[in-house]
Amino acid sequence: MRDTIRFLKGGELIELTDVKPTETVLDYLRLRTGQKGTKEGCGEGDCGACTVAVGRLVEGKLVYQPVNSCIQLLGMIDGAELVTVEDLAEDGRLHPVQRAMADLHGSQCGFCTPGFIMSLFTLYHAEGQTKSRKAVTDWLAGNLCRCTGYRPIIDAALESCFDSADDAFAWRGNETREKLRQITDSSDIFLGDSESFFASPTSIDGLAALYRQHPDATLVSGATDVGLWITKQLRELPKVIWLGRIFGLDRVEETPSGLLIGATATYVSCEAAIADLSPDLGELWRRIGSKQVRVSGTVGGNIANGSPIGDTPPALIALGATLELQNADGSRTLPLEDFFIDYGRQDRKEDEFVTGVFVPRPDPNQIFRCYKISKRFDQDISAVMGAFRFTVMDSRITEARIAYGGMAGTPKRAKGAETALIGASLEDPSTWGAGMKALLADYTPMTDMRASAGYRMETARALLAKALMEASGTEAAQVRVLAAREAADDRAA
Amino acid sequence: MTAPLDPNLAETGLRHVRKALPHDSAEKHVSGKAIYIDDIVEPVGTLHVVPGWARKAVRGKLVRLDLDKVRQAPGVVAVLTADDIPGTNDCSSAFGDDPVLAKNEILFYGQVAFAVVAETRDAARRAALLADIEVEPITPIITAEDAVAADITVLPDYQFRRGSPETGMTAAEKTLSGVMHIGGQEHFYLEGQVAMAIPQEDGGMFVHSSTQHPTEIQHTVAKVLGVPDAAVTAEVRRMGGGFGGKESQANQWAALAALAADRTGRACKMRLDRDDDMIMTGKRHDFRVEWQIGHDGEGRIRAVDLNFLARCGYSADLSLGVNDRTMFHADSSYFYPDAVIRSRRLRTDTCSNTAFRGFGGPQGMLAAERMIDAIAITLGKDPLEIRKLNFYDGERNLTPYGMPVEEYQVMHDLIAELEESAGYWARREKVKAFNAENAILKKGLALTPVKFGISFTLKHLNQAGALVHLYTDGSVHLNHGGTEMGQGLYQKVAQVVAEEFGVSMDKVVITATNTSKVPNTAPTAASSGTDLNAMAAKKAAGEIKQRLIAFLSEQHQCSADVIYFGDNKVLVGEKSYSLAEVAKQAHVARIQLSHAGFYATPMITWERESATGRPFFYFAYGGACAEVTIDTMTGEMTVDRVDLLHDVGHSLNPAIDMGQIEGGFIQGMGWLTTEELVWDEEGRLRTHAPSTYKIPTASDVPEDFRVKLYESKGNPQDSIYRSKAVGEPPVMLANSVFCAINDAVASLKPGVVPDLDAPATPEAIMKAVRGMRERQAAE
Repeated sequence: MRDTIRFLKGGELIELTDVKPTETVLDYLRLRTGQKGTKEGCGEGDCGACTVAVGRLVEGKLVYQPVNSCIQLLGMIDGAELVTVEDLAEDGRLHPVQRAMADLHGSQCGFCTPGFIMSLFTLYHAEGQTKSRKAVTDWLAGNLCRCTGYRPIIDAALESCFDSADDAFAWRGNETREKLRQITDSSDIFLGDSESFFASPTSIDGLAALYRQHPDATLVSGATDVGLWITKQLRELPKVIWLGRIFGLDRVEETPSGLLIGATATYVSCEAAIADLSPDLGELWRRIGSKQVRVSGTVGGNIANGSPIGDTPPALIALGATLELQNADGSRTLPLEDFFIDYGRQDRKEDEFVTGVFVPRPDPNQIFRCYKISKRFDQDISAVMGAFRFTVMDSRITEARIAYGGMAGTPKRAKGAETALIGASLEDPSTWGAGMKALLADYTPMTDMRASAGYRMETARALLAKALMEASGTEAAQVRVLAAREAADDRAA
Repeated sequence: MTAPLDPNLAETGLRHVRKALPHDSAEKHVSGKAIYIDDIVEPVGTLHVVPGWARKAVRGKLVRLDLDKVRQAPGVVAVLTADDIPGTNDCSSAFGDDPVLAKNEILFYGQVAFAVVAETRDAARRAALLADIEVEPITPIITAEDAVAADITVLPDYQFRRGSPETGMTAAEKTLSGVMHIGGQEHFYLEGQVAMAIPQEDGGMFVHSSTQHPTEIQHTVAKVLGVPDAAVTAEVRRMGGGFGGKESQANQWAALAALAADRTGRACKMRLDRDDDMIMTGKRHDFRVEWQIGHDGEGRIRAVDLNFLARCGYSADLSLGVNDRTMFHADSSYFYPDAVIRSRRLRTDTCSNTAFRGFGGPQGMLAAERMIDAIAITLGKDPLEIRKLNFYDGERNLTPYGMPVEEYQVMHDLIAELEESAGYWARREKVKAFNAENAILKKGLALTPVKFGISFTLKHLNQAGALVHLYTDGSVHLNHGGTEMGQGLYQKVAQVVAEEFGVSMDKVVITATNTSKVPNTAPTAASSGTDLNAMAAKKAAGEIKQRLIAFLSEQHQCSADVIYFGDNKVLVGEKSYSLAEVAKQAHVARIQLSHAGFYATPMITWERESATGRPFFYFAYGGACAEVTIDTMTGEMTVDRVDLLHDVGHSLNPAIDMGQIEGGFIQGMGWLTTEELVWDEEGRLRTHAPSTYKIPTASDVPEDFRVKLYESKGNPQDSIYRSKAVGEPPVMLANSVFCAINDAVASLKPGVVPDLDAPATPEAIMKAVRGMRERQAAE
């Protein structure tokens, strides 16, 4: 058992014992250490002004990822290197990404700039990135700039980020890896007392025991949602159990029958495997949150918090995913849709926790499509999210699994439409009508700031129609604006 | 690809002006060393102030404000209410109707009722939630339509009238009419509202405020504390974005920080949480526009009747100027022979709408473009043809408010060049072909003009001061009344001063805007920051230089003609001195090496009462061509290509100007597409964080984005180095995106004008699409 948090900053080992369970990395930087280069823009992980880089050993390699420090708990950077904008210049010489941003007029008011710099720093160090504008805009979707119109920032990224890393962080990579190895251990962490603590167990059994003892504790994985409970709702969370160091819980296992995603696997860590199941899933993953959200956020967390607008559950439900839960007594599995009982209510016992989700691979005779509709393409929460899996025999639908987000208090299947579509012919759109009509009875959506009830219903039907059209052979580029844009880009290139 | 114009510097002999220098703080920005208010090292014992408000109330009588629990909360030092204000409980710019703290009634959702002062910001935020507030609700007036029904305004109605629109309308061959809703816009400056007040001797106060208008901060704090203006100093080195949102709306937070500092005797800082900021502060005005237009059957406008119904919110704030500017721009670039342009400034029980880049102009221009589109669609002609047909020209060049459009030729040339460079007509054919082939996805194309009047329409604001010191080591201290919010003003002014003294940029030290150095300043607004302050600074530096020339010519018994300032040297005939040597000699000879420069914009004669005279020094012009694709099943939209051509006269700094053009366009595009403010039926703002309010992100920028500065012959007016203002005009280049979306929807049913409101969110686009389909089905 360890009662400290350890991380590297500026080459130095920082070891802290006085860490409040909900203290954020941003507050640590600005309020405790007076490092004010990192800014707070929104306090909810949506603007990226507070982006810092977090370096970790991943299979022996040093990987830097962009993190929204405003909603990242300080305890969560245990075992990592924390890099902020102050750390980049070497002997007064600007880092290549800083140089490019300054030379290409990438800053105006400058307030978002440190966050952009840190995102660019992580892109500079990212391996296997193909130089393209799209790679840049994907990487930067979580950094908002209100002044420049982004063009010079994109140019700075293209100019500086795609050569092999040749900066002080690369030069002292071996040294950093060695230092990180020294502070990486399998000891459970427990800071505080039985009334208020930050705990980081390293085994599933350890978690089960601790959670049984403290069922009122808050389980935190990526904190991309819990972080907002702290910064926005000012909730008192005296007991925090961070799941990020539990051995094996972040596993991503591809099997012939499907994909097992461990509860603490981040979106990023399973994105390749998920895209392998279906290109639409890959595109959905790309549009969930932002890079900062996807490197921290987890599929397990997206499911466990039961949000009606979470983007992964409808897709996973349509694919027939099952959820694994565990407590100190043992584990159980259930169909994912059964987990969501009602708005804010899930089928989870007091001391149970999610350990993983199994996603079946679509059979060759199954067609999967999903669509996310939001006001902004990147880093927006869906107004409507629709996912469809049609099992097809001789051009006829023999089974349909359809689930929507944003249409009810929980992610929910369209049972009426599913039934009505059985027997429909992909070759004959006139046979789709019953399914389209049945959808009207499957949902009673709400009006809120993202969309009106009427638009939601109209769009839900449009998405079903699109899925059927695509299933019957219509090219995506003819029914999706983003696909059309990409097709045009390809033609231009 | 995008590339700044590189003017021939050798030809002009200019060393610094017209050069594409980076922002003065670029290296500080990228290294995290640029200091914003919240980064300033706090004095020992600094307290933190957080606003408290009735979280359910929208409008009503304040019957109970029980703050006992707030006072007892850990870390709380003081809790302030309206009764604690020693001076006047008002933070308005002019009209006296903006309470710093609510008294007796709650006027809108988010009105500040009390302020918590605590040892930490976290303690203050937690304590602020503990208030027991009871409000006896009154049914609020939320929409423009509600306010029209109730006939309630914050300011009197106003109108421009020329000729007889009634006769014109009757005489017109064809008349068209419609109603359009134009949404507001949240500023979303990345740095939220923030101020830190430090008590001084004798009741004085030093206030750091993130503000576009330090003078108003000074005056407001003095008024609220009941002390003379001279006892208060306001300072701002830089803002993390302003966009108009810190012109008047920074006052309240500076006043509360100062009030807390005054009451506790300790330094007090107030930084708003993002949600509080978005709920409490005003936004771009949203409008209901009722329009009627008559034309000659060929598309030439005969008469116009426009009625602008603006939602101003609970108080007047800057609504007078904003709505006047809407009216000044209701012509876009088109000649209206007979016109009436009406404006109602409606009072609603919502946050008080305020300045936002363009200051009402964008809304006026968008209405004009809607009318043009309507003419074109109903005639089956291309909208660009109708636009050009109605452009101001040599004969038809009088605006509805009587100012001639002198540079109409610039408008014609610029649009012709853009039409050519964007390949408008060839692409029009391609768009038609695409739409013929595609049932679900539809493309739209539009080319729209910008003509934006430069000057404050409130005449007395068109003045500026600057303070320049030359020290005996040859370094120059530069100060002026303009504020830096990212637009590069400080750098442009420094370029002008370096040019004047013939010194390198590093000799000119830029200093924070401070009311004790340059007093009685105008806000940095109306795009005029450089026009005004660079001119004042040039005068200040020029005066010092003249004194040195006089001194040297006497000293050396030579004529002034042989004295030259350049390359960090002063040449007197054959002799060469450093500026430091000259400054030292002059100082020994008891020559004053400091000067306060002053500038007042000439030619402005506007009289609002009679609606006569000239409101603008000149116009800035631009043009934009946008191509979009919409999905007629979901309303999703992509902007596929944008070409911009913009007139900045002779650019003072092409790199900075390009940044303003691109940034302004993208900000305008956000306003017209993804940025939607939603109030619920009770009148509560539901979009008060970036999770629900969506400004453009990097991938929203069109991949094919071609931006150019127009090759100007220079501003015909005697502006600073013949440049033109660039802050606001580019916002309206984004009208092209909205018109292109409208064009795409219009392709569904030729001859029918789509009912597309702004912002064109997927839902708004679907509403317009549905309207077209219903029209089709009805036939």
